[in-house]
Amino acid sequence: MSKRAILIVILLISLMAVLAACANAGGTDTIKIGINAPLTGDIPKVGEGTKYAAQMWLEDNPELEVGGKKYKVELVIEDNESKAESATKANTKLITQDEVLVIVGPQSSKQAVPAGGVANDNKTPMISPWSTNPATTKDRPWVFRTPFLDPFQGPVLAKFATEEFGAEKAAVLYDVASDYPKGLAEYFKNAWEEIHGPGSVVAFESFTTKDADFSAQLTKIKDSDADVLFLPQYYNEVALIVPQAHQLGWDKPILGSDSWGSAELTKLCGADCYGDFFSTHYVAKGAKGATKEFIDRYKAKYGYVPDDVGALTWDAMNIVKKAIQDCGKITGDIEKDRQCVRDAMANIKNFEGITGKMSFNDQGDPIKCAVIVKINDQGEFEFYKQVCPEGMK
Amino acid sequence: MTAFFQNVVNALQWGSFYALIALGYSMVYGVLLLFNFAHGDIFMVGAYIGFFVATAFLAMFGAATGLIALPSWLILLLVILATMFLTSFLGMAVERIGYRPLRNAPRASAAITGLMIGIILETTILAIFGAQRMKFPDMLPALSSAVQPVVGGVVISWQKILIVVVSIVLMLLLQWFVSNTKWGMAMRAMAYDFAAVPLMGVPLNRIASLTFALGSALAGAAAVLYSMAYPVLDPYMGITVGWKAFVAAILGGRGSIKGAAIAGFLLGFIEIFSATIFPSTYRDLIAYSIILVILVFRPHGLFGEEHTSKLRL
Repeated sequence: MSKRAILIVILLISLMAVLAACANAGGTDTIKIGINAPLTGDIPKVGEGTKYAAQMWLEDNPELEVGGKKYKVELVIEDNESKAESATKANTKLITQDEVLVIVGPQSSKQAVPAGGVANDNKTPMISPWSTNPATTKDRPWVFRTPFLDPFQGPVLAKFATEEFGAEKAAVLYDVASDYPKGLAEYFKNAWEEIHGPGSVVAFESFTTKDADFSAQLTKIKDSDADVLFLPQYYNEVALIVPQAHQLGWDKPILGSDSWGSAELTKLCGADCYGDFFSTHYVAKGAKGATKEFIDRYKAKYGYVPDDVGALTWDAMNIVKKAIQDCGKITGDIEKDRQCVRDAMANIKNFEGITGKMSFNDQGDPIKCAVIVKINDQGEFEFYKQVCPEGMK
Repeated sequence: MTAFFQNVVNALQWGSFYALIALGYSMVYGVLLLFNFAHGDIFMVGAYIGFFVATAFLAMFGAATGLIALPSWLILLLVILATMFLTSFLGMAVERIGYRPLRNAPRASAAITGLMIGIILETTILAIFGAQRMKFPDMLPALSSAVQPVVGGVVISWQKILIVVVSIVLMLLLQWFVSNTKWGMAMRAMAYDFAAVPLMGVPLNRIASLTFALGSALAGAAAVLYSMAYPVLDPYMGITVGWKAFVAAILGGRGSIKGAAIAGFLLGFIEIFSATIFPSTYRDLIAYSIILVILVFRPHGLFGEEHTSKLRL
């Protein structure tokens, strides 16, 4: 490289550093909230829902009053490309460079599990609105979440399929390279075998992310004589698997998990997915009260009914708000403030969210109910049944 | 037994995609001694081109909304041809912009260029259409709702028959073109001796463009067929398929059309049957270990010939 080229490179780098420094100079009168969302990558609709819900929340809360003083609220939205590496990078940037007070996100467990480690190590409170894998919050005092967990969702679905379809043998097809489907597949299998005895999960087949052809696995599943197929996959994969299953002659019920709950699902999957069931956090059709208000506003603003991810992000934002207000004062010393917000968040009890009432347990996980949804013949998500943890109604 | 034949049918469909895409790698390598690593992404752009062509043609000629109603098989044929035509221009552009300036550069540079062009294509599509998945329209609604042929419990499905037949016809057409036309002869000559043939008055640049155009046209056709079978489009759909087809090209023997086609199907069979016999978690591990073993014993692939020092190595 010539001397001139080196000089230009140095100049460019220093320019970037200056720009970054300027972007940082927020002043102490702002509260910065980091959003770590999959705006691009495999599940962009989830990222979009996160961003829209957060922006709608910002409209309501341009300022927060803490301890008698008004602070301007600023959202720092980072894209994690739906990749684990990028999610940890985004968290590091939010924590060290943007110096946010608290992080909302990442959404799927694949990103939330590693990113939660970064937040915990850097003593920054993080709340994931959508991640249902236990590892996200386990032994991490700084990490919280708003959805229920997979160990709860697995048994709920196993019980539902047993009662509803009278099924005795189940098949599972899942992505072995992704935390969420893999974890949920195993919880489902354990719960199923607890009800029906060992060996009652007659096909436990897997694939890896980005596969498009599932014919070999589905042929095995069809021949296994299972009564129900469980697919703990994301909507884009569901739209490939379900039609292929039908083409190969599978005509028994298919069951999904909360990752199905995207407005995109019926658009991509079409009539093939009608009549199938999945468990989720909330359902738009037939909602009442604050939930309905949120749905109507979101729909008027962005033109479609919000997914569960939007509703859960909305709840996460309000939990953050409550924690900041409960904390009582912002000192300007970011480490102290983060500690204060974390402690306030851990103490939240009976929070009335639009996805249900929740309290955090000692792991930072909420205790709340699940909903079983049926995809009706118009392709809408319809409330079917509510399933609550024992000792809660 | 039913399961076995069902998987043979599954593997034929899956293998035809590998075969069609592998041909593009193989031809470019044969003629220009270059691994076009952007090929998987050309396939991906082909799927997007196919999406828009299909949507436009269905609107123009579809039974419901069309100005002139055409039968749906004819629309499909037009969509495949138009996509092949448009994708071939993309291939030529990639060659002109990315590879021609580097023709005399070290070969590693050209390979890296391919990777970069691939990333540029992915991010361009991402920037234009966003990360939203797109659903490829149902080209033959009558066929997919019709009664599917079932032979002894094996579901064959019209779509699978269509995909396999169209793929094989395209491969035969390519074989005919390369062995029976003047242009094809020029390509083969170029593959035989990269240095001397241009001296005989064969235009190197035009042959290079032609090779890329043919390879990309096949990728375009593969993209339309693929999108019919797996109708969810995304900007990264070409990466894995592209890499695996590259493996098929190497397995078939670099530069061999017959080899790439057969290896594509072979790869489909190995993948499907690995998932059938072994736990599906280890599918790729086992499938690609088998291929590694084949390559250890046949380092030039199934139908490849050893390169002589005449070639630009």
